[in-house]
Amino acid sequence: MSNTKETTYTRKDFTSDQAVRWCPGCGDYSILAQTQKVFPDLGRKKEDFVFVSGIGCSSRFPYYMDTFGFHTIHGRAPAVASGVKLANPDLSVWVVTGDGDALSIGGNHTIHMLRRNIDLNVMLFNNRIYGLTKGQYSPTSEVGKVTKSTPMGSLDAPFNPLSLALGAGATFVSRTLDKESKHMQDIITQSYKHRGTSFIEIYQNCNIFNDGAFSSLTDRDTKSDTVLLLEDGQPMVFGAEKNKAIRLDGNVPKVFEIGDKLTIDDALVHDKKDYVIASLLANMTYNPDFPEPLGVFYAIDMPTYEDLMVDQIEDAIKKKPKGSVQQLLDSGDNWVVK
Amino acid sequence: MSHATQQVDEVVIRFAGDSGDGMQLTGGRFTDTTAIVGNDLSTLPDFPAEIRAPAGSLAGVSAFQIKFSSKDIHTPGDTPDVLVAMNPAALQVHQKEVKPGGTIICNANAFTPKNLKLAGYESNPLEDKTLDDYFTVYAIEMGKMVSLACEGLDLSSKIVDRSKNLYALGLLFWIYDRPLQPTKDWLEVKFGKKPELVEANVRSLEAGYNFGDTTEIFTTRYKVDKANLPPGKYRNVIGNNALSMGLAAAAEKSKLGMFFGGYPITPASDILHTLSAWKHLGIKTFQAEDEIAGITSVIGAAFTGNLGVTATSGPGIALKSEAMGLAVIAELPLVVINVQRGGPSTGLPTKTEQSDLLQAMYCRNGEAPLPVLASSTPGDCFFAAYEACRIAVKYMTPVVLLTDGYLANGSEPWQIPALKDLPDFKVKFADKSNISDGQFMAYLRNKDTLARPWAIPGSKGLEHRIGGIEKEDVTGNVNYDPDNHHHMVKTRAQKVENIANEFGPTEIFGKKSGDLLILSWGGTMGACRSAAEALQGEKLKVSHLNLRWINPFPNDLGEILIKFKNILIPEINNGQLIKMIRAEYLVDAKGLNLVRGKPISSADIQESVKKLIG
Repeated sequence: MSNTKETTYTRKDFTSDQAVRWCPGCGDYSILAQTQKVFPDLGRKKEDFVFVSGIGCSSRFPYYMDTFGFHTIHGRAPAVASGVKLANPDLSVWVVTGDGDALSIGGNHTIHMLRRNIDLNVMLFNNRIYGLTKGQYSPTSEVGKVTKSTPMGSLDAPFNPLSLALGAGATFVSRTLDKESKHMQDIITQSYKHRGTSFIEIYQNCNIFNDGAFSSLTDRDTKSDTVLLLEDGQPMVFGAEKNKAIRLDGNVPKVFEIGDKLTIDDALVHDKKDYVIASLLANMTYNPDFPEPLGVFYAIDMPTYEDLMVDQIEDAIKKKPKGSVQQLLDSGDNWVVK
Repeated sequence: MSHATQQVDEVVIRFAGDSGDGMQLTGGRFTDTTAIVGNDLSTLPDFPAEIRAPAGSLAGVSAFQIKFSSKDIHTPGDTPDVLVAMNPAALQVHQKEVKPGGTIICNANAFTPKNLKLAGYESNPLEDKTLDDYFTVYAIEMGKMVSLACEGLDLSSKIVDRSKNLYALGLLFWIYDRPLQPTKDWLEVKFGKKPELVEANVRSLEAGYNFGDTTEIFTTRYKVDKANLPPGKYRNVIGNNALSMGLAAAAEKSKLGMFFGGYPITPASDILHTLSAWKHLGIKTFQAEDEIAGITSVIGAAFTGNLGVTATSGPGIALKSEAMGLAVIAELPLVVINVQRGGPSTGLPTKTEQSDLLQAMYCRNGEAPLPVLASSTPGDCFFAAYEACRIAVKYMTPVVLLTDGYLANGSEPWQIPALKDLPDFKVKFADKSNISDGQFMAYLRNKDTLARPWAIPGSKGLEHRIGGIEKEDVTGNVNYDPDNHHHMVKTRAQKVENIANEFGPTEIFGKKSGDLLILSWGGTMGACRSAAEALQGEKLKVSHLNLRWINPFPNDLGEILIKFKNILIPEINNGQLIKMIRAEYLVDAKGLNLVRGKPISSADIQESVKKLIG
């Protein structure tokens, strides 16, 4: 195995010599910084990492990581990354994408990557806007979004990326936020450790075309009431005073105040192996009655596509000892002309 | 019973029937047996796009043509000597192409009022004698015969009736003096788990054979001597299968892992099917979610050091165009196979055409040249596939290999090559020696080929980034400098041009100068060669040149072309190679463009030549 490193790395080892060219103040800087912070500690040789991206601001990411990197074409990063991983399952392969890249032009590849459960780590930078093309609405923009291409407001309902991932059969579904450095580092590490496709939605502020999209989740004054930090096996509690919680009323999730009538024991306990809970949590997005959950929504162990693929090949070789192509050419009905 | 035996040089048989009548299987069995007895042969399957059109309808007719000979032949034949028609629709569709004086053998039981009406006959042609002035017609109650032959078997009458194609096959085997045993062995393997089914088919096969032998109906048997093929070991191959073997051979010789990514599409799917059955060779196949993921997964595998291959047909190649551009600028080796079919759009999915040449050449955005080659016979698909892989890796470029529906499904006897005799295919990945001043130079090129180094993930110290944005030469860094872009456009083009330095002198069939040169590419090669042979036999000063590579053209092509007074370019398209030849060499080439979903015939070409120089 090539996944044990020989040397101790620092952040610098993962920093390429290319100047970073995102707009000053962009949320992408933090994502790059957290990634470079975490990678030295993952315990893997640097040459085994591959970053694959599509098109968009986020997709410039591979140029700034001093690993193998491939900046491909719009929407196709999941397919290219699948090829990388299947060609050499020993590599640690990362997909960097955005809401337009992964959910609009590349939507088909995204869902099929997830259902196959190839061991890829997907970082979806969701800023709910098209940045590189200068400000059109995206498939995660809220209805009525006024942009250059929708002067009277957008008409179509947005995708909920985590519901989509769950529906497509993802085995690791999570969300973090550009300004939550430590949280993001933890999610990146957990994603790395998960075998199978790991899906991370990263709420990322585009300060040029959609500034403040997540400000209620990042402002000191509001964030304790608007963010629900998920911890596996812990009750779903939030609020500055830790006095609010989520409970189930029948099948319906509700926010309640912890007090005499309802206590913390009534709160729903997070179980990352529970698909129904994950779905309920994912549906809190775009819903003003609920806080936005951050953390690991769902994580289960399932066989990976590449393991199954390698098993089939080994099986086939066992049954039909690996021959030469010459035997193949010679097979069938032959005759000799003298 | 004694029958006269007549010696003939070549025979063309067409089996035609309903989609459910098993005509492809019948043709396939006749082909394999004919190969074993040592004739040269060429086949042409012709089936409808519908899986099962309504029974008895004209749309549902499926056919298989084989030409076999004691001589070296190049085409599946123009007009059949014998038509086997399993129902009225098959007779209606194919009868007009039978040679005057030819033989028609029909399954009389299928000529019911309902089937006759479906085929558009007002009266039964087997009874009204309308065909008898032109052909020798045999109306045989095949359905009834197999039912009698299979009496006592525990099978439904419907299942028994399905074996009537074996009856027709048995009869043809008798007429052309071919052994039954290979077919019996094949049935044993195919239906071994259902002994009753094997028995029914064997009985029908023998009943057909014995019918010829014991009745007085057929007065003559025909003998076609072994063809005088070069010494060696032979087998019969179908184009798509030969192509798959060529890919496998390339993987073995290069010691590269093979990754095939593709999406099912007619008629390319058989390549995916074939390779997916060869897991014991370590071949990885990936049925992607669409055509785009088919090629982009291959690009990922190529970046990772695998021999990457994708295959498609028709509209599939349009969907892959953007990704091909990425492979051009990323300078990664992969092979894109296009089994051409009738277009535009869905077009004629099961019919052959040569209409994607200009798309292969020019379909990408920007200046994105890549090498294009074509295979010319079913067996040649093996060598073309091997060559495509070798060039892709040597020059670090995507390569387009053009075949077509006729080559893909057609078959011919094939002298089995020895792997050790194939061209050398050594691969060297980049290593630490490619690092200078502590940096790996991803676009530092080989001086002879202009290929860049192939540095694969997992190689220590070679971490680098590539992508679809213009590169600075040598370093591979993103670069928007005008002069660098101009330089890279020229460099990528020159790299493709350099491939021509690999070619030996271009082979010409016939004299190096004369009144007319037939210039061909791809699947029309056989018909052009046959035409040239016939015309040379008539003392006409005609030569033939078939192009293996269309991009780049051979270095000596221009000098060859000017030595002929006329140039004729037959193509199954509306004139594509001819545009390239006229533009490149400023010669007044003439086209023969017949776009009917089937091969151009040798007779068509001969006629065109005579119009030009007769």
